[in-house]
Amino acid sequence: MKILVPVKRVIDYNVKPRVKADGTGVDLANVKMSMNPFDEIAVEEAIRIKEAGKAEEIVAVSVGPAKAQDTLRTALAMGADRAILIETDAEVEPLAVAKILKAIVAEENPGLVILGKQAIDDDSNQTGQMLAALLGRPQGTFASKVDIDGDHVAVTREVDGGLETVKLSLPAIVTTDLRLNEPRYASLPNIMKAKKKPLDVKTAADYGVDIAPRLKTLKVSEPPVRSAGVKVADVDALVAKLKELGVA
Amino acid sequence: MKTLVWVEHDNASVKDATLHTVTAAAKLGEVHLLVAGSGCRAAAEAAARIAGVAKVHVADNAAYEHALAENVAPLIAELMGHHDAFLAPATTTGKNVAPRVAALLDVMQLSDILSVEGEKTFTRPIYAGNAIATVESSDAKLVITVRGTAFEKAAAEGGSAAIEDVAGAGDAGLSSFVGAELAKSERPELTSAKVIVSGGRALKDSETFEATILPLADKLGAAVGASRAAVDAGYVPNDYQVGQTGKIVAPEVYIAVGISGAIQHLAGMKDSKTIIAINKDEDAPIFQVADVGLVADLFTAVPELTGKL
Repeated sequence: MKILVPVKRVIDYNVKPRVKADGTGVDLANVKMSMNPFDEIAVEEAIRIKEAGKAEEIVAVSVGPAKAQDTLRTALAMGADRAILIETDAEVEPLAVAKILKAIVAEENPGLVILGKQAIDDDSNQTGQMLAALLGRPQGTFASKVDIDGDHVAVTREVDGGLETVKLSLPAIVTTDLRLNEPRYASLPNIMKAKKKPLDVKTAADYGVDIAPRLKTLKVSEPPVRSAGVKVADVDALVAKLKELGVA
Repeated sequence: MKTLVWVEHDNASVKDATLHTVTAAAKLGEVHLLVAGSGCRAAAEAAARIAGVAKVHVADNAAYEHALAENVAPLIAELMGHHDAFLAPATTTGKNVAPRVAALLDVMQLSDILSVEGEKTFTRPIYAGNAIATVESSDAKLVITVRGTAFEKAAAEGGSAAIEDVAGAGDAGLSSFVGAELAKSERPELTSAKVIVSGGRALKDSETFEATILPLADKLGAAVGASRAAVDAGYVPNDYQVGQTGKIVAPEVYIAVGISGAIQHLAGMKDSKTIIAINKDEDAPIFQVADVGLVADLFTAVPELTGKL
């Protein structure tokens, strides 16, 4: 079986994003970028499935600017076998990404596509579900456990009240939640080896996909700022505050 | 505009998340509800009593019992032939199902909206709530998930909507439900609680967490939450997690105990009405958003607080 792992280059999760003064977006100039944390978990899971002898090849794919090659090299250094970059400088919405991925799935025929549950920049949480819909395949979203058994995969999902397990027929789409695994660090020798692994660069037009956005961002603004609070001296003062708030 | 709202229910009653979503839908136009499930007649009758609802569609079929996206998305897509917008609460069910519906309709989804600014214009948080985007859809139909804490609840009583059965295609044959392991809790549900007491890594271990946080929560009738650090360290189950990747809450009072206030945690609770922080590090970022802060060792302060309430 082949596994396809889509990865996204996003602002590093430790960076506090700053809204541009003109309200057109978030300032990404000179900001540290990294692989979306949920996608690292997806790459790790694909590698573990391969190490368990249940997959032969892992293909990492990214839709983004030329610099997204760095993100793909990271995936290759972790253990992916080859990579495909769909290069574009435009911001591509989840629906368009799902359509590009659908075309790649048609070419590559993976048994599993493992995506992160959401990207920490647009916080959409849509691409995996959309891809599953476009392919007419089952989806195991917010996975905390993935167990392949023959022509099925059992996915334990993190749902609001706890955990839920579903059984999906393969090929299937899985999106990762935080607790699925602990992603490995790429070692220096593996980073060097990753430079020699194949990385194809293509465009959305190669797949005949229209990536024109459906949503227009009219404005990006700072969230409302909370007014400065007070520090109380001791527990008695805190008790008084709680009584004032009517909760004690 | 005619809207269709996904109803979260337990076959007998309607969950609060739906009531928030109805309020958002009512801003767009006529509100219709969809109750999909197995043996869900009582839930449909409860849904019909929600104020402001014009019609309740009921799809009663074993295939819809666990809201598997593969089975319910085609049902919703079919109903969208007669509706202009589909709204679901941004719960794990809504987030699972809605994008599948959107792709079937070939439209982009608007995730986690905070407000309705116009017929096709909405605000939504991006970058873990560090920015708010105002976006306008150019699609013919809208698919939306709604952040419950951003909208008031619609009145659960007062309506008298007509109930109409819909068939749907049933089981798509792609997936099946195996089982669920739901965390048992007698405390209020985290996402709808008025008061939340949350603990972080500073609680040391699960015994200490229980001995420190739970008595305070019980005194206040509060729900219990946790930071990711506390969950990862195994102090509490992961459905306690508040934050960008956990639950988004906005209670009247949020008490953060031993939580430093990383941006991913703040993303989940900074819309709380009043934030109270207890932390021994006076430079902890949590104090920048806290309305009331107490710089103290939680191991002495929290038991003292519990005792004095």
